[in-house]
Amino acid sequence: MSRKPAKRAKTKPAAKTAPTVRRRPAPLLPPGDAQDAALMFVITVLCFLACLSVVAALGADRAAGGWRGALAGSATVIVRPKGDETPDAAAARAAEALAGVKGVAEAAAQEPAKARALLKPWIGDDSVLDNLPIPRLVTVDLDPRAPATAQAMSQALTAAGIDASVDDHSLWLKDVIRAGVLARAAAAAVAALLGCAAAAVIAFATGAGLTARRDLVSVLHQAGAEDRFIAGLFQARFASLAALSGLIGAAGAAIIAALARLAGGGDGLTPVLPLAWSDLAVLPACPLIAALVAALAARVTAMRLLKRMV
Amino acid sequence: MSRTADIRDLNAAVTDPLHEDPIVRFSGVGLRYGRAPEVLSDLTFDLAPGSFHFLTGASGAGKTTLLRLMQLDLRPTRGLISLFGRDVGRLKRSDLPFVRRRIGVVLHDRRLLDHLDAFENVALPLRLAGRKVADYAADITELMAWVGLSDRVHAYPAALSSGEQQRLAIARAVVTRPDLLLADEPTGDVDHEMALRILRLFVELNRLGTTILIASHDEELIARSGKPVMRIEGGHLTLSDPAP
Repeated sequence: MSRKPAKRAKTKPAAKTAPTVRRRPAPLLPPGDAQDAALMFVITVLCFLACLSVVAALGADRAAGGWRGALAGSATVIVRPKGDETPDAAAARAAEALAGVKGVAEAAAQEPAKARALLKPWIGDDSVLDNLPIPRLVTVDLDPRAPATAQAMSQALTAAGIDASVDDHSLWLKDVIRAGVLARAAAAAVAALLGCAAAAVIAFATGAGLTARRDLVSVLHQAGAEDRFIAGLFQARFASLAALSGLIGAAGAAIIAALARLAGGGDGLTPVLPLAWSDLAVLPACPLIAALVAALAARVTAMRLLKRMV
Repeated sequence: MSRTADIRDLNAAVTDPLHEDPIVRFSGVGLRYGRAPEVLSDLTFDLAPGSFHFLTGASGAGKTTLLRLMQLDLRPTRGLISLFGRDVGRLKRSDLPFVRRRIGVVLHDRRLLDHLDAFENVALPLRLAGRKVADYAADITELMAWVGLSDRVHAYPAALSSGEQQRLAIARAVVTRPDLLLADEPTGDVDHEMALRILRLFVELNRLGTTILIASHDEELIARSGKPVMRIEGGHLTLSDPAP
C-alpha cells in the first residue's frame, strides 16, 4: 500500500464535472469592518498633519535660505573720516578701495540722504541730525561664488588709510542658519512623531485583528499556513489601508498648501513662510511611506503575537 | 469478537511490520490542563501507515484532546509524541506548517471560514500549499460532487445546513489527500445514508494510503466499518478488535 501522494490515484469521482471557472481566489482575511473605517480615519489625519509639517518645513527652509542668501551676499562698511577729509570723500575712497578686493562684485558709497533716512526713525528731527557726526556707509555686493571675507576688506581699507569697520552680517547669519536648522529639525521631529503614532495605531489594530480573528488564524495554522504567510495577510491589509489613508491625507494637505500658495501670491501665505508649487511634489511620497510604516508595524506585531499561539 | 488489549499489545496490533516508522507514535504521553488531574495518562501506542481506527469513549473522556495532540494543537505535559518519524517536541516552529500539511483535520465545530464560499473553503489547504486555482478547480468540483455538494459550490457556510457544513469540512480535510486524517465526529450531523457515503470516502482514502483515525459515537457505523476501535476510558487507552 503506497502512501506517496504522487503514486495515488484520484479520489473516486461520482462523475467528471466541468471545472469551476474562477477569476482569482477570494481574500483570506474578511472584508474590513467598522474598526477599519475608524483606523483609516485616524491614519488619514496623521498623514494629513505629517504632510502639513513637511510642507511648512520646506517653506521655513526656503525663507531661511532667502534671508541667508541676502545676508551672505552683501556687507556694510562704516567709514569714519580722518583729519580734514570730508565724509563723502572718505566714503568714495573706501568704495574705490573695496571695489578692487577680490570677491567684491560692487561697492558703492551710500548717499547721505539715505543714511539720514535710516536714522530718522530713531533720532527724529532733521535739525538734530545736522548736528551729529553721521557715519557714512558703503554697501558692498559680494561675488556669490567666492565672496570676499571681512578680513580681506578690512586689510584693503587699512592699506588705503581709511578708518572703517566692516560688518559682513555674520552675527545675523548664524542666527538665521540656526533658525533654518531648527525649523527643519522641528518638522522632521513632528513627522517622525506622527509616523510613530501611526505605527503604534497599526500595531494595536493588528493585535486586535489577530485576537478578533483567532479562529481564522487557527484554521490557517491547522491547514498548514506559515506564520509569515498569516502575518503577510495582516501586513497587506494594513499597508493598503495606510496607503489609501496616506493618499487622502496627502491630498488634503496639498489642497491646504495650494490654497495658502494662491492666497499669498509669489511670496506664499506670508513672507515668513513662502510656499512654492514644487513643495507639493514631496506629498506623493506620503502614501508610500505610510504603507511602509504600516506594513512594518503590522508584520512585526503579527509575527510576535503568532509566536505565542500554538 | 471483541477484546480489550493491553497498551503494549496495542502497539503490536496497530503497527504494520512492513513499515519501520509509524505515522503516529505516543510513548507515555500524559496531559493535564493546569493543575487538574490528567485527562490522558500514559498513552503508548503507534498508528501504522495505512491503518484505519475509530476512537471512541464517553463524552469528556479525552477523544478530542487526543486528536488535538496529534494535530499539534496541544503539547503533552509529559511523554513523547512523534509524527511521521519526527519527535514533535523537537520540531521547530517553522517546521510545524509542513507537518500539518500532511494532516487532514475534521473538527467537531467544523471551523469553516464564513467569508469564503464552499469552493474557497475546500481549496484553502491547496492554496496555502501554493497551488494555482487553475490546477485544482476541477479536483475540487469533483470532490464536492462526491460529498454531495455539487450544487452548493458557491454557497457560503452560513447558507448551508449543519450536515452540509460537516461535509464541506470533510472535503476540506481530504482535498490534499493527507498522510494522516483525524476526524472528530465527522458523521455527527448527517443522515445515515450520507454517513455511509462519508465512511466509504474515508475507506477509499485509506485504501490509497491515508492513515485514518475517526473519533465517533456512532456504534452502528463503527460496527459496520469493521475497523479496530481505540477506546478512551479514565484517561487510558484500550484497543478493541473489529466486531465480527
